[in-house]
Amino acid sequence: MENHDRRSAASALAGTIQPARALTAPDISRALTAPDIYREVQRGAAFREVRSRYRRFAFPAAAAFLLWYLAYVVTATAAPGLMARPVAGALNVAMLAGLAQFATTFLLTWAYARHARLHRDPAALELRWAVTLETRQEWTGQERTQEWTCQEQSRREGEHA
Amino acid sequence: MTGAHHALALALFSVFVLVTLGITTWVGRERRGSPEEFYAGGRLFSPMENGFAIAGDYMSAASFLGVTGLIALYGYDGILYTVGFLVAWLVVLFLVAELVRNCGRFTLADVLVTRLRERPVRIATGVSSVTVSVLYLVAQMVGAGSLMTLLLGGTGESARAWTVVGVGVLMVVYITLGGMRAATWIQIVKAVLLLGGTVALTVLVLVRFHGDLSALLTTAAGRSGHGQAFLAPGLKYGGDPTSRLDFVSLGLALVLGTAGLPHILSRFYTVPTACAARRSVVWSIGLIGGFYLMTIVLGFGAAAILGPDAVRAAGPAGNNAVPLLALDLGGGAGSTGGTVLFAVVAAVAFATILAVVAGITLASSASVAHDLYRTVSRRARTPRSEVAVARVAAAGTGAVAIGLGLLAQDLNVAFLVGLAFAVAASANLPVLLFTLFWRRFTTRGAVWSVYGGLVPALVLVVLSPVVSGGPDAIFPGADFALFPLENPGLVSVPLGFLAGWLGTVTSPEAADAGRHAETEVRSLTGAGAA
Repeated sequence: MENHDRRSAASALAGTIQPARALTAPDISRALTAPDIYREVQRGAAFREVRSRYRRFAFPAAAAFLLWYLAYVVTATAAPGLMARPVAGALNVAMLAGLAQFATTFLLTWAYARHARLHRDPAALELRWAVTLETRQEWTGQERTQEWTCQEQSRREGEHA
Repeated sequence: MTGAHHALALALFSVFVLVTLGITTWVGRERRGSPEEFYAGGRLFSPMENGFAIAGDYMSAASFLGVTGLIALYGYDGILYTVGFLVAWLVVLFLVAELVRNCGRFTLADVLVTRLRERPVRIATGVSSVTVSVLYLVAQMVGAGSLMTLLLGGTGESARAWTVVGVGVLMVVYITLGGMRAATWIQIVKAVLLLGGTVALTVLVLVRFHGDLSALLTTAAGRSGHGQAFLAPGLKYGGDPTSRLDFVSLGLALVLGTAGLPHILSRFYTVPTACAARRSVVWSIGLIGGFYLMTIVLGFGAAAILGPDAVRAAGPAGNNAVPLLALDLGGGAGSTGGTVLFAVVAAVAFATILAVVAGITLASSASVAHDLYRTVSRRARTPRSEVAVARVAAAGTGAVAIGLGLLAQDLNVAFLVGLAFAVAASANLPVLLFTLFWRRFTTRGAVWSVYGGLVPALVLVVLSPVVSGGPDAIFPGADFALFPLENPGLVSVPLGFLAGWLGTVTSPEAADAGRHAETEVRSLTGAGAA
C-alpha cells in the first residue's frame, strides 16, 4: 500500500500517470530545499492542469455573477420605471430579477461544488500527497484520511442530489 | 403593551444566556491553552456544523430586524439589501474559502506571510482587521441597546446603557473561557433558534394569506399607500442622483466586503480540510439564502398585516416590525399566543446579537495577539503566552466596544454595518486576492494596498454627510462634508486595488518566485496545510 502510494505520488509530481517516468525513491531523497520542490511542482503538468481547471471555472463565473449583480443594482437605482413593469399579477420585472439573483446564486454554488468534486479534488489530493512525501513533513496519513473522507461524503451527497 | 411579554422575553433570554454559559464552561473544562484550540477550536468541526456557525455569524440582528423593517416601510428597496448580502457569498466560495483554509492558520495575515515579509504585512492587516471588527462590534452593541429599549418598553437611557455593558461582559466571558470552540457552539445554537423562529413566523404569515403570495404582495402594496410602486425599487434610494449613487456604493461594499470580514475568514480554520471549508460555505449559502427569502415574506407580511403606520409608530427605522408582527400573528396584544411569540422573537433577536458579538471579539483578539502583539513585542514568546495575550485582548476589545457602544447609541445600525463592510472590501479583500492570484505582488504592494484602502475609507466617512453638515449628522453644528456619499465603497475599494498595483510596480524588490510557487501550490492542493 505504502509503495503504491509513493509511486502514484511521485508520478503525480512528474505530471504523468506512467510509472516508467516516475521518480524513484533515491530521486526523492535527494536533498531539495522546500522552495525548489514547490517550484518543481508548480512547473509540472499535473499542477498546471489543476490550476487551469480551477481558474477556467472560478474566474469567468466570478466575473459573470459580479457583472450580473452590478447590472441589477444599477438598473434598480437608475431605471426604476423598467423594473416596475408588471409581468403577471403582482409580479413585476423587479421581483423576477430579485428572485433570479437568488436562483443564480444557488445554481452557481451547486455548479462550483460539482465542478470541484469531479474535476479538481482527486488530482489535488494526489499532488498534496506527492509534495508531502517530497518535503518529508510530519504527515501521519490522518490528514489524508480526513481529506478523503470529506471528498467521499461530498461525492455521495452529489449522487443523492 | 403589557408587561407580560417583556417579562417572558427577559426570562427566555436569560435561559439562552444560561445555556450558552453552560456550553462555555463545558467546552472550557479541558482547556489546553494551545493557539489551535483557542483560535480554531481544534479544527475538527464538520462542514455542517461550520455551515450553521457561519450562517450564525452572518445573520445579524441588523438583517433580522433592520432588513425586514426596511421592506415593511419601503417595500422593494429592502430586497436590494438581501440580494447583496447573499450574492457576496459567491465571492467567498469561488475565490477565498478553500485557498484561505489551505494557506492560513488563524488570521488573514497568515495567508499573506506565506510569500510576503512578515513584519509590515502583519502590522498592516492587524490594524485593518481590528478596525473592521470594532466598527462591526459597535453596530451590534448599538443594536443591543435599542432592542432592550423595545424589550423593556422604553424605560430609557439607563436600561440601554446597562444592556450594552452586560452584552460586553458576557462576550468577554464566553471568549476568554471558551475560545473558538465556545463561539462556534453558540453560533450553531443561535442559528438554529433564529432559523426556527423565522420559519415559524413565515409559515404563520403564509397561513394568514392561505399560501397566496400574490395576495400577500397586493395587500402589502395596497396598505402601504404607495400602490404598485411599493413592489418596485425607488422609494428609499430613488431620490436624487446622489442617493442612487450612494446605494450603488453600498451594494459594492456589501458584495465585496463579506470576503474580507475577519470573523468570517477565521471560521474556515475550524474545519480540517479545504474540501470541508468548501462544503461549509455551501451549507451556509443554503441557510443564509433561505433565511433572506423568508425575511422578504416577513417584511411584506408586516406591511400587509400591520400597515406601515403601525410599524413606523413603534420606531422610525422600522426595526420593531418583526416583534410587532409576531405579537399580531400570535393573536394580538394581551393574548397568550401573542405574548409567547413576541417574547420568543425578542429573545431570538437578542441571542443573535450576543452570538455575533462573540464571533467578532474572537477574531479581533486573534488579530491583536497573533498579528500585532507577536510582531511588535520583542519578548520571547511561547504559543501558550500568545493565548494568554489573546484572552487579555478579548477583554480589551470588550472594553473598547462597551465604551464606543455607549458613545454611539444614536448612530444608525445599518450605516455602521455598511461602513464595516466598506472597510473590509477596501483594505482586506484587495490584498488577499493579489496575494493569492498575482505572481508579481510584493510586500510593498501589500502594505500600500491595505493602507490605500483603509485610510481613504475612513477619511471619506469623516468627510461624509453622516459626520457633519446636516441635522442628522454626528456634529450637526459643523460642516466639513466634502464627500457627498454616506458609504465610501465606490471610491475606496478601487483605491485599495490601485494602491496595491502601484506599490507593486514601484517596488525596488521583485516578487520571490519560490515563495510564490509555495503559496500557489499550497493554496490549490492543501500541501503543508495546518
